[in-house]
Order: sequence, then structure tokens, then C-alpha cells
Amino acid sequence: MTETPTPPGQKKAGPAKASLPIIGQGSSRRNLLKGAAITLGMAAFGKAIWPLTTIPENVSLDEFLQQHYKELSASDKEKIFARLESETKTEYGANVTISDPRPIPGVKFAYAINLSKCNGNGKCMEACNRENNHHRGVDQSYIRVLQMKKGSMDMEHGNTTYDNSVPNDDVFYMPVQCQQCDNPPCVTVCPVEATWKEEDGIVVVDYNWCIGCRYCEAACPYHARRFNWEKPEIPAEEVNPDQGYLSNRVRPQGTMEKCHYCLHRTREGRLPACLEACPTGARVFGDLNDPDSDIRWVIKNKRVFVLKEELGTKPSFFYFFDS
Amino acid sequence: MSTNIANLPSGAEPVDHVHSYPRFLWWSADQATSGGWKFLVWMFVLTCIALVGANAWANQVVHGMIITNMTDHVSWGLYIANFTFMVGVAAGGVMMVIPAYLYHDKKMHDVVIVGELLAISAIIMCLLFVTVDLGRPERFWHLIPGLGRFNWPMSMLTWDVIVLNGYLLLNLHICGYLLYMRYLGRQPNPTWYIPYVMLSIFWAISIHTVTAFLYCGLGGRTFWNSALLAPRFLASAFVSGPAFIILTLLALKKIAGTRISSQPIHLLVNIIRVTILVNLIMVVSEVFTAFYTGGAHAASAHYVFLGLHGHYGLVPWTWTAIIANVLAAVLVMTPWAHRSAPLLVATCLLAFVAAWIEKGMGLIVPGFIPSTLHEIVEYSPSLAEWKITAGIWAFGLMVYTVLLKVAIAVFTRTVAGPYEPV
Repeated sequence: MTETPTPPGQKKAGPAKASLPIIGQGSSRRNLLKGAAITLGMAAFGKAIWPLTTIPENVSLDEFLQQHYKELSASDKEKIFARLESETKTEYGANVTISDPRPIPGVKFAYAINLSKCNGNGKCMEACNRENNHHRGVDQSYIRVLQMKKGSMDMEHGNTTYDNSVPNDDVFYMPVQCQQCDNPPCVTVCPVEATWKEEDGIVVVDYNWCIGCRYCEAACPYHARRFNWEKPEIPAEEVNPDQGYLSNRVRPQGTMEKCHYCLHRTREGRLPACLEACPTGARVFGDLNDPDSDIRWVIKNKRVFVLKEELGTKPSFFYFFDS
Repeated sequence: MSTNIANLPSGAEPVDHVHSYPRFLWWSADQATSGGWKFLVWMFVLTCIALVGANAWANQVVHGMIITNMTDHVSWGLYIANFTFMVGVAAGGVMMVIPAYLYHDKKMHDVVIVGELLAISAIIMCLLFVTVDLGRPERFWHLIPGLGRFNWPMSMLTWDVIVLNGYLLLNLHICGYLLYMRYLGRQPNPTWYIPYVMLSIFWAISIHTVTAFLYCGLGGRTFWNSALLAPRFLASAFVSGPAFIILTLLALKKIAGTRISSQPIHLLVNIIRVTILVNLIMVVSEVFTAFYTGGAHAASAHYVFLGLHGHYGLVPWTWTAIIANVLAAVLVMTPWAHRSAPLLVATCLLAFVAAWIEKGMGLIVPGFIPSTLHEIVEYSPSLAEWKITAGIWAFGLMVYTVLLKVAIAVFTRTVAGPYEPV
């Protein structure tokens, strides 16, 4: 079908009704209709995506243009932290301080759990939830505790949603959190380098760089990663004001997060919140490079194992039994 | 892309592309928006569905992906399922390109553009499916090499970004160039498109291989961690792609009244006869390995086929796919597949739906069930996910319709001259 444009003011030959006014004829009328339909379509499209107009209220231009963590200068960081602090104030009504503790040179952190002592009380999960400013609605935490049947190390026989009282003689308990792998699959797969391993072994996420594709969540063999499916809700009085940029600051909606060995505490010489909260003394944390550390004592004197060793992820997280 | 064509074989005077190319675009836009009532109703309905999808997506961006039914356990769902499937459809178009260009099948040559236009539409859908799966779509620029931080070559996702966009550009160039030349009534210059066509053949294989590598490279996901994944992806792509092209050709013949020879359809049916069996053999091989070995490695397969510990969410999906697949395989083997158009339509629809389930709900979702800590959290898409998915399908079909319309208009244009008749 070939349609030739009709020169203006000239009637198109054909069976068009001669009594109609000139402009309403031939292809010019059709073009008018087309134009109207396209305008209508565009208007409908504009209406359909109207909710997006609220984005500029939530994402400032500075945030949109913010560079990757590793490319930020000290003054950039200062400005960004100030912005994030004021945003937390407006959105959560809490006065917080965002710091950026760096790895201590020569330190390599590792964790160990004594499965003979852990009794599944779940205090570690509660402490994690509070310490790390997790979304309150779903009791989010970086730790999952498996209740395991005695006689098997197969997680298929585990249960993370137990609601029976503890301790319980027929079972044992195995908490799982980020294993801070030396060969982390989550870091390999990230398309934008939003997650990386720091010198002290901690795998961190730049929450302002992550695009939220969740490839790392698919790649992690330990279910250690969490996605912010919605904006976290935390009452103002419960917000932990001592925040690290790469650790427990309130995470933005639509980005990944994970256990960071409480780096805002541990890099300052304190212990992880989950360890401090554990009433059984099952948890051991320390510097692998320090020959006098507790973690070194455990590795030397206990027969430790790591989860899913066959995958070659090289965890910095060990498990052991007393006897 | 075509402003410097020397040595035109037709001997006509050089064309002023600065003027004729915009005219070609304008003419195409006119063709793409003109049509009978069937066309207008079709486009109107698709527009409505696409708008519903756009609105659902806008809400998802604002309220968060909480409006989907995905969880930290099943963290990819309907979007990535459709993405994976559409990569296959895009790659499947190559099954027309190979006979046309490598085997110089004249009849296929006439309609090969249908496959290439399908590839363009399918890739656009893929890119949209990935975009709607992002938690922070406004940060997409972090993925642009040079601007952001592109984790290449380590992340398979960066490979996918390269091959998908590359395949889109290749096909846009090939189709755009051929249609423009045809519009001008000129002989296309082989040096301007044959190398790209050859490249696109390898590229088509690469897009689905890389997409399979996204999944099979993950050691923590036993269901995906199989060397058979990429070959299986290709086999099923070479079922779903040709099946959709057959449906397109039959629809063009029947509804749009386009004159299309039956030989390309015959050839595509013959291709499906091989690929559908290859795919089934690989399914059997995977099922055998999973169930005969048993143990934790078979947990996902158990969940998919028989249900696991009282959870049966995917069992109906799986058996629908298996039955549709086997039925399509039987039907396509019979001689009637060549003779009866209604039977062929049914066969292609069955094969297409089977591949959609197999690559989507049957592959992406069970990768997460049971989870890496062997928890079973089931997944079925939310209304918002269905809306967004339907919206992208509708938009993809709009793109495909418009492209086909322009292509047919160019091919059936009576006036074959370098300039517009005035």
C-alpha cells in the first residue's frame, strides 16, 4: 500500500464525499486521527507511569550521581555521610552518626561456633536485628539458626522455623550467617562491583551502588544475602545511632545487604553484636593472624569444619563440637 | 549506517541519503500506523495491556519489590523466567538465518527477515524483563562501561549485557539496511550486510549460551549447576523460536493475506522435528541422573516432578510442560504436520508453551527450592508480576507487529525507485 501525501489545499481524487470541508479529507484526516491517537496514547502512558514522579522526592540528584565507594575522596565521603545522616533524621526521626572504619592492617577476621554449646535460643538473631537496623516488620536478621536432627549433618533434615522450647535434647542447633568466604561467589557475579572483599576478610556492599539485580543472592551457597524488598521500618527510638557506611546504616529500598561481622564494632576493637548477645558462649571471634587469639586456639585445639567445603568458597567461618 | 554506499550495482545515480533516509523513516512510521480495523483493534488492545504493565511497574519502583511474591528464598521469579525464555526465542530466529545464508535456500531467503525482526522484538523484551527485575532501575548507569563499574569479564551478567545489546544492534543493522535498500529499489551491497549476518549466527548461539552460563556457573545451586544446561537451552530455543516463526508466517498468510510460500514452513517443521527430540533426550538424561543418584542433588528435581515434603507448587506446571512437549513432539513427527494448518498451529502452540514453562517456572524457580539451607519456600507470581509481564509481552508484540508491517509494506511496494513518487 503506497500512500502519497496530498499537497495542502488539494483534494485527493477518489470516492471521498465532495460535500465535506476540505481539511477533513483523504490522508490529512487520517493523519489528524493518527496524531490524536498518538497524543492520547502518550497521555495515557504519562498517566500510567505517574507514580514515578515521586522518585525525585526520595532520590536526590546527589544520590543519583554518587560514585562508587572506592572512587570517593575523603571530602566526598564527608558530604555523603552528612547527607545520609540528615536523610535518616528526616525519614526516621533519629540522630545518627555515620562513620567509615577501615580494616586494621594485618588483621584477618574469622568466626567459629561451638555446636555443642549453641542451644538454639535465637538471641544472636535478635541482637543482629537491633544492632544492624534491620526492618522490624519481618524480624530480619543476617543469621538463620537450623534445628538439626541428631545423627545427620544434612541440612535437608534441618528446620529454621522451629517454635518449640529450647534447649532440646533430641536435636542440635547450627546458626548460619555470611561465611566471609575467601573465594566469594557473590563478589564474582556482581555486575557492577557493588560488593567486594576487604583486606580483613569482610565482604561488604556499597548500598548506594547496588542496582538490586540479586545475582549475588542466587550465587551465595549459604543464604547469607538479603534484599530490601521494601523500605525498612524502624521506630525512631530503636534506631542504632552508631552506624557504619559499609555496615549497619539504614539500607535503601531495592538494594542487597549482608552480615559484615559488625565491622563498625570489630574494627574498633569490640566484638560482634551476635557474640555479645549469645548466653551460651558458643561464639568465638577474632584475628586469625594473631597467634594468641581465641579463634586461633579453637582452630589449633578443636577439629573444626566449614560448611560446603566442596564448593571451594573457602569460608572464614568455622564450626566445631566440644566432644 | 548506510550513508556511504559506493559501487551500487544497479547503475542508478547516487542516492542522497541525507534526504531519502528521513523520508524512509517517515514513510515507515506512516506504514506502521496505518491498517484495517483488525490491525487497529489488535494494537489498541496491546496498548491497553502495555499501559497496565507500565503502571504496575511504576508502582513497583515506588513501593518496592515487596509487591511481587519474590522472597529472599526465591529471589528471582516470573521476570527472570520470561527473560530466559525470550533469549531463547531471540536466538531461535537464527534457524531461518542459517538455511537462508549458509545453505542459500532461496525460499527461506525471502522470509528470513521475519526471524530477524522476531529477534529484535524478543531482545527488547529481554532488556525490559531485566530492567523490571532491578531493585534500583535508576542506577542502570552503573552498568555502562566507562561510566559505571563494569565487572567484566568476571560477572556473567556483564557478558549477557554485551551479547544481548550486541545482538540487538546486529539485527537492527541487518534489517534496517535491507529494508532501506529495498525501499530505495536498490540491490543491497553484500559487504554491508553479509559479514554481519554471519556474525549474527554465532552471536545467536552466544546469547543463549551466556544466559545459560549465568545459572550453571553457580556452584551453590545444584539444580542449575549442570553442564547440560547450555545445550538444553539451545535445543529448546530452536524449538520455541521456529515454532513462533511458523505461527507468525501462518498468521501473516491467513490474517494479513500476505503471499508466503509453504517451503520455509516445511523447513522449520523439519528443524523442530530434530530439535524437539534432542531437547527431550536431554530432559530424560537430566531426570535419570537426578533420580537414579538421588540424595540432596535430586531435591529440586523431586520438588519439580513429584513435590517435596508436602510442597507441590510446581508439579502442575511441570507436568503441563512435559505433556505439552511430548504431545508436540508426537504431532510434529506425523505427516499431517506438513498438511494441516490447524494441527500445525496447535503443535507450535504446545511446543511454545512447553518451552516457556520449562525455561521459566520449571527452571528458574526450582533453582531456589529448596534454598541453599534446604528450606522450602514456595513461590507463585503476584498480580503485579503478572501485570508487568503481560505488559512487556504486549509491548513486544506491538514492536513485532509494527516491524513486520513496515517490512511487508517495503516488500510489497509497487514503486521501486530511488525517490518517493510525488
